[in-house]
Amino acid sequence: MALLEVKDLDVGFDTPEGEVHAVNQLNFSIEAGDTLALVGESGSGKTQSVMAILGLLAENGHMSGQALFKGKDLLQMSSSELNRHRGSEIAMIFQDPVTSLNPYLRLDKQMTEVLVQHRGLSKADARAKAVEMLRAVHIPDPARIIRQYPHELSGGMRQKVMVAMGLLGEPELLIADEPTAALDVTVQVEVTHLMSALRETTNAAIILISHDLGIVAGICDRVLVMYAGEAVECGSVDQIYYDPKHPYTQGLLNSVPRLDQPDDMELEAIPGNPPNLLNLPVGCKFRDRCPKAFDACTEKPPMQLDEDRHAYRCFLGDTA
Amino acid sequence: MNDRVMRVQDLSVHFKLREGGLLSAKTHTIKAVDGVSFDLDAGETLGIVGESGCGKSTLARALLALIKPNRGRVVWLGEDLNKLDEEDLRKKRQDMQIVFQDPLAALNPRMTVRDIIAEPLWTFYPKMARVQVDERVRGVMKMVGLLPNQINRYPHEFSAGQCQRIGIARALVLNPKLVICDEPVSALDVSIQAQIVNLLKDLQGKLNLSLVFIAHDLSVVKHISDRVMVMYLGRAMELSSRDRLYRQPLHPYTSALIKAVPVPDPKLARAASDTGLTGDMPSPLNPPAGCVFHSRCPYLIERCQVEVPALRRMECGDWVACHRAEELDFTIGKSG
Amino acid sequence: MTKQADRRVIDPFEAALEVSDVRGSSPWEHAWHRLQKNRAAVYSAFIMAAMFLMVVFGPMLISWEPDFTDWDYTSTPPSIASGHWFGTDAVGRDILVRTLSGGRISLMVGLVATLVSLLIGISYGATAGYFGGVVDRIMMRIVDITYALPFMFFVILLMVVFGRHILLIFVAIGAINWLDMARIVRGQTLSLKNTEFVEAAKACGVSDWDIIRRHITPNLLGVVIVYVTLTIPQVILVESFLSFLGLGVQEPLSSWGALVSDGAQDMESAPWTLIVPSVFLTITLYCFNYIGDGLRDALDPKDHF
Repeated sequence: MALLEVKDLDVGFDTPEGEVHAVNQLNFSIEAGDTLALVGESGSGKTQSVMAILGLLAENGHMSGQALFKGKDLLQMSSSELNRHRGSEIAMIFQDPVTSLNPYLRLDKQMTEVLVQHRGLSKADARAKAVEMLRAVHIPDPARIIRQYPHELSGGMRQKVMVAMGLLGEPELLIADEPTAALDVTVQVEVTHLMSALRETTNAAIILISHDLGIVAGICDRVLVMYAGEAVECGSVDQIYYDPKHPYTQGLLNSVPRLDQPDDMELEAIPGNPPNLLNLPVGCKFRDRCPKAFDACTEKPPMQLDEDRHAYRCFLGDTA
Repeated sequence: MNDRVMRVQDLSVHFKLREGGLLSAKTHTIKAVDGVSFDLDAGETLGIVGESGCGKSTLARALLALIKPNRGRVVWLGEDLNKLDEEDLRKKRQDMQIVFQDPLAALNPRMTVRDIIAEPLWTFYPKMARVQVDERVRGVMKMVGLLPNQINRYPHEFSAGQCQRIGIARALVLNPKLVICDEPVSALDVSIQAQIVNLLKDLQGKLNLSLVFIAHDLSVVKHISDRVMVMYLGRAMELSSRDRLYRQPLHPYTSALIKAVPVPDPKLARAASDTGLTGDMPSPLNPPAGCVFHSRCPYLIERCQVEVPALRRMECGDWVACHRAEELDFTIGKSG
Repeated sequence: MTKQADRRVIDPFEAALEVSDVRGSSPWEHAWHRLQKNRAAVYSAFIMAAMFLMVVFGPMLISWEPDFTDWDYTSTPPSIASGHWFGTDAVGRDILVRTLSGGRISLMVGLVATLVSLLIGISYGATAGYFGGVVDRIMMRIVDITYALPFMFFVILLMVVFGRHILLIFVAIGAINWLDMARIVRGQTLSLKNTEFVEAAKACGVSDWDIIRRHITPNLLGVVIVYVTLTIPQVILVESFLSFLGLGVQEPLSSWGALVSDGAQDMESAPWTLIVPSVFLTITLYCFNYIGDGLRDALDPKDHF
């Protein structure tokens, strides 16, 4: 049985300007030990879909569908039930450690909170475990660091602390939302190596939300590409990068500047603008920007399934 | 290359920070930019790369004389910008413009696109007829890929990429010779980044603009620059031609930066090695003595801890600030 | 030089060049739409409009003069028969017409004193905020020191020295309220000064004066408007308080506060003399507060300034 199975997830927001359709009929699953990337740009719905699953949607949001975690539907749970899962079995790491860590509490207080509450450990035991975890994420001199406040640490250290906090509860599912976006590139490397190493040491499933195709290539096993709230392609990381089938995925890979390309090569931009979620086009959401669009694209394209679980939502047969 | 348009000599911008209370005040000096020098030719693009705290944004503002330097000169078309009086400096601003990082924040939310782009025209040509102003604005909108019929709209009605185009249009409306781009694509989606980078390259070719392109993303800089300067904690570590920098960087920091860039290719990414850097970025309040990079450098020797390496010219014609530049080889592809 | 993919968009681009100009919708329009959806604010606005009409035209239409003493009907409760719909006070003056004409004074004080504090506060605050440095520090220290002055003491002093002239009340109240306005405007100016669009204007050589006029002031208006609608009830309440203490408007002029004060004295025998002006006062205060809240939500500082 899959660890997390998301079925027909819909997320919308009521705004004064109208209804914003953030996520449309999203389906995916993840097994224990898997690392799945949710890739997309702004408006793709990658963050909102995860927020919905964890019950963290804003007040004006509403959702439908199912999110089966070990068989139980997270979307139907009350917040107290959800609380029991969040923090222990499911952990989340956010993008900006500055706002995710409580600036008024020392690290030891914040880190032991999870263990004391969810696992019923004594404060002393919890503290010992926290120090161990800090050591495991390569923070030097953890016993001293744990007595510090978040602002006394550098950005990279804070993010590592976030990872440590996420892992403390020994979660079965770890969700990381753009964990390296706010970091300098030389620090980014350390955090990504850390996350890579996690795949060996724990059996946790990891969902990585990112727009950075470089990071995803290094850490993940499977990739789900999203556009305008829908999944447009899903496959193994090799399939997505070496044999992308959906025109958006192809366009995305072609527009990323790469160090190993010839210098003067012009970037192939995807023309047009990201979709307006208040006013999504009918049929294929990508057709206005697609170089291969044709008449049939005004209808909603079916999800085609290739061999080896490589799926993509397009009318074209083999668009490579 | 053509004639030189700008010469920066030993530019330094220091900020004073007072810490402590009434009785025990301590003054720290943050050397945001420290002794930076370079030349810029007409029609050339200089890329400036660095991580947080390297001083690139402060440098951008100092180049435009929006901040007064503590030391050094910025010479534009033969004139020292900081020696000019206010009125003369204001006149020079026609020739030097800036594009900002946050596309929406750079536009006054209560002004229409027309007003935003026309403002420089009002400032320098107050007698220009409205019809002419309108024509100019529409013309420059077309040039940056915006539909002129959007001219009455407000910034919040546009996407981030379009807002950045408005910002670029505003920068170009006076036909400047130099445009400084301070992280112009960092806040944009990847697919839009490519559009804007292509646009800037296009415009540079058409208008023979000099560009200073500031970014933290080495891959983006590679596509647009003729030469690249790498900064760290306010100092220039390397200033090389684009071709050399990415193939055979001269400075250990540059080499680490290149190694750190994640390549969107699973096989290459999985085989990627560590940067080799140790420790964390030091606080700008307390930079290391001698070479500012020495606290993280894997090739550290005693000399690096005491003596500040000057930016010197190597045989190949490019510049580097490292005591060991002759003996170290950072050719990409070779191990180590 | 553009690639094939880019060209595909440019062709519709060329075609669209012929389309005529599209109308833009400014942030003000958005705010207006949002405000219209706030029912409390809309109802309050209607009630306030009605109040203004009553207060301005009511006394003209009612047969009684505010200071006319009707000896036949002293201290009579509200009744249609007597012609005094809201009753009379101890001296036989019609409560309704006194309340309405008292409303004229209260509202006028509210608006004028707010206007005074607005003009002083904006210019003071914007100057301190924009120029910053020593200028800002000195100006704000003056505000801090003035804040520390006991307001009541100051007003009593004024009244004693210059007499209880209504103009003096405007001055006294306006002179105290501008402090808050100055602080708020200074704060907004500071944050606006550091925005990138102001920096862009400086990089384009726009003069300080033009920056203040084009960039700072329009983006201040939102905050100022909200603050004004919340200051008006504050001022009315201050005036009422002064009048209640006997320091406000002098006879024959009256304000809601003075009427409440008079009514409180006859509270047990003629409760309507207290209730009627209190209700008018309370309704006005509530309505302005709802409108102010509605404006603050509509001019959401997250999206605009």
